[in-house]
Amino acid sequence: MIENTLHLPILSLLIFIPLLGAVCLLFFNAASKDSIRQTALGVTIINFVVSLLLLAYFDVSTHKMQFVERLPWMPWIGSDYFLGMDGISLTLVLLTTLISVVAILCSWTAIEERVKEYMIFLLILEAGMVGVFVSLDMVVFFLFWEIGLVPMYFLIGIWGGKRKLYANIKFFLYTLFGSVFMLAGILALYFAHGKATGVYTFDLLRLYEMQYAYNLQWWVFLAFFLGFAIKVPLFPFHTWLPDAHVEAPTAGSVILAGILLKMGTYGFLRFNLPLLLDATMSFAPFLLILSVVGIVYGAFLAMAQKDIKKLVAYSSVSHLGAVMAGIFALNQQGIDGGVLQMINHGVSTGGLFLIIGMIYERRHTRLIADFGGIAKVMPVYATLTLIIFFSSIGLPGTNGFVGELLILIGLFKSNVLLSVIAATGVILGAAYMLWMYQRVIFGEITREENRTLKDLNGRELLTLLPVIVLILWIGIFPGHFLRYTNASTTHLVEMINKNHPADVVATHSSAGAEAHALNAHADKGEAHR
Amino acid sequence: MNLASLNINIYSLLPLLMVVGLALFVLVLDFFIPRGGKRALGYVSALGLVCILPFVPMFIETVPSYAGFVIADTYSAFFNVVFLVSSAFAIFISIDYLRRLGSESGEYYYIMLFATAGMMIMASANDLIGLYVGLELMSMSFYILVALRPGKGAEGALKYFVLGAMSSGILLYGISFAYGFSGTTNVNEMAAIVYRLPDNNTYLYLALALIGAGFAFKIAAFPFHVWSPDAYEGAPTPVTALLSVGSKAAAFAVFLRVFAVALPAFHGQWSDMLWVISAATMIFGSVVAIPQKNIIRMLAYSSIAHAGVILMGIVVNSSAGASAVLYYSLVYAFMNVGAFTVAALASRGDGGEQLTDLRGLASRRPWLAFFMALFMVSLAGIPPTAGFMAKFFVLASAVHAGYYWLAVIAVISTAIALFFYARVIFYMYMRDYEGAELPERSLFTCVTYGVVLILTAVGTLALGVYPSAILDIAVRAVGPLFTI
Amino acid sequence: MTDIIAGFPVLSIIIFLPALGALFIIFSRRESVEFIKWTALGATVLTFIVSLYLPLTFDAANPSFQWVEKTVWIERFGMSYFLGVDGISLFLVLLTTLISIICVFASWTDIKTKMKGYMALLLLTETCSLGVFMSMDLFLFYIFWEAVLIPMVFIIGIWGGGRRLYAAIKFFIFTFTGSLFMLLGVLALYYYHGKLTGVYTFDATVMWLSPVAPYIQWWIFIAMFLGFAVKVPLFPLHTWLPDAHTEAPTAGSIVLAAVLLKLGTYGFARFSLPLLPNASMEFAPMLMVVSLIAVIYGALVTIAQRDMKKVVAYSSVSHMGFVMLGIFALNADGLKGSLLQMINHGISTGALFLFVGMIYERTHDRQIGSYGGLMKAVPVYAVFFLITVLSSMGLPATNGFIGELMVLIGAFKAHWIYAVIAVVGVLLGAVYLLWLFQRVFLGELVYPGKGEIKDLNLRELCASVPLIILIFWIGLYPRPFISGMEASIDILVKRFEINSKKSMLDTNRVAAAPDHSQGGASK
Repeated sequence: MIENTLHLPILSLLIFIPLLGAVCLLFFNAASKDSIRQTALGVTIINFVVSLLLLAYFDVSTHKMQFVERLPWMPWIGSDYFLGMDGISLTLVLLTTLISVVAILCSWTAIEERVKEYMIFLLILEAGMVGVFVSLDMVVFFLFWEIGLVPMYFLIGIWGGKRKLYANIKFFLYTLFGSVFMLAGILALYFAHGKATGVYTFDLLRLYEMQYAYNLQWWVFLAFFLGFAIKVPLFPFHTWLPDAHVEAPTAGSVILAGILLKMGTYGFLRFNLPLLLDATMSFAPFLLILSVVGIVYGAFLAMAQKDIKKLVAYSSVSHLGAVMAGIFALNQQGIDGGVLQMINHGVSTGGLFLIIGMIYERRHTRLIADFGGIAKVMPVYATLTLIIFFSSIGLPGTNGFVGELLILIGLFKSNVLLSVIAATGVILGAAYMLWMYQRVIFGEITREENRTLKDLNGRELLTLLPVIVLILWIGIFPGHFLRYTNASTTHLVEMINKNHPADVVATHSSAGAEAHALNAHADKGEAHR
Repeated sequence: MNLASLNINIYSLLPLLMVVGLALFVLVLDFFIPRGGKRALGYVSALGLVCILPFVPMFIETVPSYAGFVIADTYSAFFNVVFLVSSAFAIFISIDYLRRLGSESGEYYYIMLFATAGMMIMASANDLIGLYVGLELMSMSFYILVALRPGKGAEGALKYFVLGAMSSGILLYGISFAYGFSGTTNVNEMAAIVYRLPDNNTYLYLALALIGAGFAFKIAAFPFHVWSPDAYEGAPTPVTALLSVGSKAAAFAVFLRVFAVALPAFHGQWSDMLWVISAATMIFGSVVAIPQKNIIRMLAYSSIAHAGVILMGIVVNSSAGASAVLYYSLVYAFMNVGAFTVAALASRGDGGEQLTDLRGLASRRPWLAFFMALFMVSLAGIPPTAGFMAKFFVLASAVHAGYYWLAVIAVISTAIALFFYARVIFYMYMRDYEGAELPERSLFTCVTYGVVLILTAVGTLALGVYPSAILDIAVRAVGPLFTI
Repeated sequence: MTDIIAGFPVLSIIIFLPALGALFIIFSRRESVEFIKWTALGATVLTFIVSLYLPLTFDAANPSFQWVEKTVWIERFGMSYFLGVDGISLFLVLLTTLISIICVFASWTDIKTKMKGYMALLLLTETCSLGVFMSMDLFLFYIFWEAVLIPMVFIIGIWGGGRRLYAAIKFFIFTFTGSLFMLLGVLALYYYHGKLTGVYTFDATVMWLSPVAPYIQWWIFIAMFLGFAVKVPLFPLHTWLPDAHTEAPTAGSIVLAAVLLKLGTYGFARFSLPLLPNASMEFAPMLMVVSLIAVIYGALVTIAQRDMKKVVAYSSVSHMGFVMLGIFALNADGLKGSLLQMINHGISTGALFLFVGMIYERTHDRQIGSYGGLMKAVPVYAVFFLITVLSSMGLPATNGFIGELMVLIGAFKAHWIYAVIAVVGVLLGAVYLLWLFQRVFLGELVYPGKGEIKDLNLRELCASVPLIILIFWIGLYPRPFISGMEASIDILVKRFEINSKKSMLDTNRVAAAPDHSQGGASK
């Protein structure tokens, strides 16, 4: 942990600027929609600018927590208001502040009804998301984790589509279900640490210091897994996602895909790996299988969809399967790829939802069959869409390529067969995306309504601009981004290797070796006790 | 036996003689009062009793007088106060009650006074014969009083008389057995003799059973209670009030004196018998009171249940238990007389004191309903009323003496009893009156009702909030019983 | 501590101020409704203000009782008028005085008949509840405990809904029966303590210095349990609660949920634990299981309800199960958690009843199915309702989370399995609460009746805003609350531990002592 060199509670600022904005909006007249929109946009832009300060002051040479802040909150149970960030959280925080700006821009005309509440919820959501990525106290983490649910619940529940109520309760209960088990897991760690050391604390860094008994790890891993895997969502916990995406308004989908899903993968990286390394090692093969199944299954389902938004939603299942596969390959390339792909998916899928939202605003339909020949009337739109599609597919030159390549390399190192299947999934991804592009953008204009469509306006261009820039930038200079996460991921990999040099070899393929590894863990557990 | 050893002491009988004198005075006065003005006799009787009240504590003797026949100890003084207070209340409310009934008469008042005198004799009696004399005087007076209500009275009186006469016979039979094995009717002498008797004396058991049955009849304990609901319902309501309070207290006074003073040596035996009677009485009274539709009958059964609870205090045979009995008797005088007063006021006057008559009483006559609610809360044993404190003291003595199951039964019966007490409250407050509107009568049309209600209510509350002083007196009063 | 503290009898003043207000109301004219309402409001506000004196002068480091008043009452039985407040009761007292103001607000237009009696009874309820929280003499405690029944029965029975008589008598008989057994337990404790020490007293602070033998505790615990558990109400003794809640007028439900239910859990924490430590330990696993059943069962039954008020009522069963879980985890964290959760439940469930009452007043319909999309018509109301719902389901940043977290920590300390099952209860809580909110406030706008449905007015805002503030205050900055109760709870736990060992040592001594009972012990 490194002292806050900035001498400014910058992480708190990032959380409280949007909250303050939300409070200010409370006092606005609900009728003056434009001033509400402008204020909200201003707040998110300020927040984004403040978050850029992080880049300037971030020390890339260390994996330790930076910009830490600590205030006593509930000292009697050992919980503090404790914030800090490393490279992984840095990229996610930046993504969050950026996507929030985008989300406000894309709701400019899409949301006409009850703009005030809408903007308030968006801002609270931003605060919650930033909070999740920067909290280093388990209780504070849980607090932000749950707070994020509420505005999302409303974004879907009030401004959503036809089946919003169903989608809503499904979304909420699914995620809540996972998170209460996560809470139980947190408590288990808290007590294990407290009993062993006499220090009862929710301080993540203190909890890192201890080696937990294998048995306990196993159960806690399972509890955390439920919480995070539902959020990711990992196959077979993904069923809430398509419903939520389809019913959510565009900004909701963008945030959902761009950031909220990353909270799950972030959780795995931040908690499961460093805290529960032994259990992670034994769960990794199982998780890898689930991830790869997710990749292929998501791709196949996406192919069968008639609704563009549903297609993208299922493609998210596939892409996040890839992220998970990268992380649980448990080697440098895999984890680097996973981390990068988290950002990529945020950018590209966020972008996809944006372009869907734009066309939906014009046509009020999302069925693929209703379109065709859009390129003729909306050339700019078609071009930008193509870039985003390429990114999503992972074409060289776009960000997706770098991420997927790293993941596949990592996966290959870990398990050849799975990497082959995953690669098939990537190809399938290209298939459904391009097929959709062909049906929607190319060909003859079959519907009269499509003839009069207007191309993108300035605001919409502005909305898409950061997405396009990021796609190309990461695609061409991935090192700029990996530089920030490098120290953290390297540290993770070091931990993995240091603790289990034999297991890394063992997990290559054979089941026998796996059993051997399990025995080794069991022995270790005994020794701890 | 010389005159000195007889210890003739007129003062020990003074309050009793004053009551008898008052009765005779009223009797004589009755000849001079015209038919329409009989209520004056009521005022004279009641105020007379109130005036006698201060004399009671002034003449307390620790030694029996009249050859051990009478004792004017603190114990009898305490009960005498209870009798005088409850009689005065009963006579006060009779004044308007009789007027409404249209049967104002002079004999009513002096017979009430004679009944009071009988109770006082019972409380002061230190000899089984004296006790019997008092009991008969009281009972005879009540037979007449019960019959004084036109219509229903005769049936109740007849039932009461037949069963009462039988029970007197049983009691007398028991007394004769007691005399048989001990050779004396004096309780103190009997105590000394009984200590020397072997445990398996058949006559002793017979005496115990018969005397116990005789007393149980007077307190209307199960299974000797049959007369009481009919007598209570048939009698003029003020008489019922006195019957349930005064005569019961008198019976408890002799019960306690005979069992605790004369027969403590056989506590093991009689306590078993009374344990069963007490438990059965509590449960029976509470359960059977539930289906009653008539307020008076309900109060009759409630009175049975209360007798069971008071009996607990005798079962434990300790100073704490006995003082609880005394305290309970006094408290019961306040709350039960109060309840009967409201019942008398709320009834239509044509003899039907149905629960349904109470419907909507709260909106028609809020103060009356308030008083009734207070008495019901107290009878149910809910703090901060006197009924709770009294029940608590009895329970405390039982728990102290290790009678846990009896205490548990008492608690269960109290819980059951809540149902019908609460129902009265519910009728008054939560049901609307249906049918013809009763003539609106303000509480103070007859000042006597107001006085009685306020005094009983104040007593009920005061004895509940600050029981210390009276409890101390009660403990001192039962001192003589447990020192011999 | 044993003498009357010279000067200001602040606790007595707090207790009897509402009663004084009631007296004023009783002697006012029945027709002057406005005067009655303002008098009641004045009395409650004044009481609240005086009660604020307590936290201002409270010494958080001092674990013993403060502002003690002690006067001999019935010397023969060792009863005294003994009042005191420590960290455990402090917040309950404040909650009571605050909730009473809200009750008066809630009844302002809700009550249409017999305003005079109603307000007088409401004030008497406050007096008695305050008395329960402040009495440190077990007998005085019992007096207040029972006395609180009377006004409550009247409030339900006279101003309640359609089945009010049934509900009132059920409430009356259940709670009365339970407390009679508690009285027996108290009596037995009194005598055994007297026998053990020679000091016959009802003074709890003296009694818990020498706990009686474990086998005696066992029986006394059962007796006191009956009294407390009915009031909580713990499954399966809870059946009176939904009826009472459903039929009671809004303020009645609020005071029932926010204050009266707390009397039971307070009794457990205050008296059962230190007085009967061994029995508590022995019963704790069973009680925790029962609490968990209550948590789950309450939640499941709630899901099936169609009446909003019933939803809130059954949710109380579930939430109070949580409080019980924390108490019988028998450790400091659990106790702090449950004490905080008592306050939280008072705030959030009180607020829920308040809000249900507000909508009922507008439409005279409480069926969930009759509503939909209310958020469009009454946004402020909807947001308040939402915050309360979130607080009730224990979402982080609200008070419910802190309380539940600490209860979970406490339960986990006892055994992890309790915490895991309790977590399921939390989840179910979210299900029914959110589902309720979703059906009533989201979707298409539907409500019974014609005409516009109005958002909250000033009076209603006054009633709800303090609760909303408290929800966030405790949720975000619980420190003042916890540090207030910390010292007292620590000493309670310490006393519990010492006593559980001490009474074991005394066992032999008691067994050897001669039996003073007069031949009736076998009965």
